[in-house]
Amino acid sequence: MLLIHCPYCKEKLPELEFEYAGQAHIARPDNPAEQTDAEWRDYLFIRSNVRGDHAEQWRHSHGCGRYFNALRNTVSDKFIATYEIGQACPTSHAEGEENNEQLES
Amino acid sequence: MAFNSTVETLPQMGRFSLRCKRENTVAMSKALGFELPSSISETAQSGNRSVLKLGPDEWMLTCLMEERSAIERSFAAIYPDAVHSLTDISSREVSIRISGPEAEELLTTSCPRDLAVLKSGRGVRTIFDSVQVILTREDNNQFRLDVWRSFVPHVMGLLTVAVAEFECGL
Repeated sequence: MLLIHCPYCKEKLPELEFEYAGQAHIARPDNPAEQTDAEWRDYLFIRSNVRGDHAEQWRHSHGCGRYFNALRNTVSDKFIATYEIGQACPTSHAEGEENNEQLES
Repeated sequence: MAFNSTVETLPQMGRFSLRCKRENTVAMSKALGFELPSSISETAQSGNRSVLKLGPDEWMLTCLMEERSAIERSFAAIYPDAVHSLTDISSREVSIRISGPEAEELLTTSCPRDLAVLKSGRGVRTIFDSVQVILTREDNNQFRLDVWRSFVPHVMGLLTVAVAEFECGL
């Protein structure tokens, strides 16, 4: 089981308490009515499908109930960092090259 | 191996869910009569009232059933100056107490948390099998589970099976 660090509870807790909630840092249009169909489609449905480090939202649903952001490697499933909503995404290579070890092969 | 732990449901108690912004916590503490805990999983207690911090802006307040209207009145009085939400959730949950030397091990049968790091006097919202529960460590060998009413038969069933297995030394 994965252990995820909740930035609000400040503890590493079992994955079962958490819920995945999609890609993070998506710019939400201020005025949807002004969007063209293509822009609106992109906002609703088009997401990056990263092989490697991916910034995503998680919710500590069976705990403090808060949404937070996480940087996770989609290949190794390793959580590189978790941070509160509103904070900038940390650089993905903060922890060295180990993150992509499985990508190389 | 002798087994000396007990699992029992507790009589009904008053429960409130309190939510407010950080700047209003001083006013809340005043209405309550004692300081609200400031970090998640901490509890504070005074007489029959106790408060557990569940999230950044969420507390669970427990009291005697008879005290509920007094608490509601004192919080209603400060509402205009300190906006908050206080909801009576007394009958939403049933409390189960697990006490005895094997209590911690008994809970690990269905709870994924590392219970050894949960200090006594602290509580958390977590998951028990597939059920969301509020788990409080009242004492080193005494835990309380607050479980939503409709899930109680399921949780009690699991605990009963676990107790039976412990008793036959499995």
